[in-house]
Amino acid sequence: MTTELLSGIVLDEQTELTLGELCRACCRHAEWIEQLVDEGILEPAGHNPAQWRFSGTSLQKAHIAMRLQRDLDINLAGVALALDLMDEIESLQAVLSRLQSRD
Amino acid sequence: MDFKDYYKIMGVKRDATQDEIKRSYRKLARKFHPDVSKHSDAEARFKEVGEAYEVLKDPEKRAAYDQLGANWKTGQDFRPPPDWDAGFEFSGGGYTRADSPAYSDFFESLFGHGFGSAPHTGAQGGFRARGEDHHAKVLIDLEDAYHGAEKTITLRSPELDAGGHVITREHSLSVKIPKGIRQGQKIRLSGQGAAGFGGGGAGDLYLEIEFKPHALYRVEGRDLYLDLPVAPWEAALGGTIKTPTPAGPVDLKIPANSSSGRKLRLKGRGIPGNPPGDIYVVPQITLPSADSDQARDLYRKMERELAFNPRSKMGV
Repeated sequence: MTTELLSGIVLDEQTELTLGELCRACCRHAEWIEQLVDEGILEPAGHNPAQWRFSGTSLQKAHIAMRLQRDLDINLAGVALALDLMDEIESLQAVLSRLQSRD
Repeated sequence: MDFKDYYKIMGVKRDATQDEIKRSYRKLARKFHPDVSKHSDAEARFKEVGEAYEVLKDPEKRAAYDQLGANWKTGQDFRPPPDWDAGFEFSGGGYTRADSPAYSDFFESLFGHGFGSAPHTGAQGGFRARGEDHHAKVLIDLEDAYHGAEKTITLRSPELDAGGHVITREHSLSVKIPKGIRQGQKIRLSGQGAAGFGGGGAGDLYLEIEFKPHALYRVEGRDLYLDLPVAPWEAALGGTIKTPTPAGPVDLKIPANSSSGRKLRLKGRGIPGNPPGDIYVVPQITLPSADSDQARDLYRKMERELAFNPRSKMGV
């Protein structure tokens, strides 16, 4: 059986997504993405929605926001807070594992 | 199939009020939400709690479930009694297949196939939805991040066959792992998720990269940390020694009077990228064991001639 070799896009800071691409990847309307931007959850480059460019990490954040909103029924301000705290926990854990591996 | 005790999963008594069930669900959902929770089995627990709530939040489903009796225990082999749901008037509790996570066989056997006369949105005409996104983890070696790699991964996913039945499909994909990939990064393969319904597009596949633990290096972003054993005289006198890197051994200059734990940086030798990462070499001074007369003599000579007290700063 031959399988073709697939190449994907790495979702990092270098990846750029337009508003339309982000909407399609999230299956959501542009209005919802705009709300995430208003809330400061996503920070695209560019001045207006037509010029917005989102990083690959924005897509991951949008997905998490979508799941938190759907599963835990929290509003976007709550989602923004949760995401900030999760970032903070992640960086604290990196420090912790660095310290622990020194012993 | 195994019986599931939804009350136990939800952590409530059988006579709990709807409010108690709701509160308990909220608490457990927050605790086990896969995006938030650090529990290793968070996803499974979250699904289980979701399934239990799907039944207990709906008075009709709950009543039908209660009718099975309280004598069933979790894990017991279960088969629904014939016509077990006869005599119930169901109006449909909003169980729509399109957005439901894959529920257990137990759930499907009770509520799955045309439970009551619930309006059923399956693969029927006029219904159209994009396929679900799929997520999977890919384990790679640190060396793969240096050189790039091709990985074959096998995915198992529940899908609906032509007759609307849930089947597990297994398929393999070959995926290119680009050079410079980091731990925890995601690769998006568009259109490789679940097929859509009624002409809707396929979902996407997200692969999360996870490095296998390495015997020598600890990875942090693009940087690597390496504990490198050095002889006391190498640390004391300085010099050039060989150190391994994932791309092959390189020479490392050790300054005189190095101490254990002081990091030495090999710039740009970490995981490739723009900018590439660094390798931090942490010297670990390793003593030759005093297991021969010659070795013991040398240590005695140092003791006599160096006048070294490592605890002088402690006042002893």
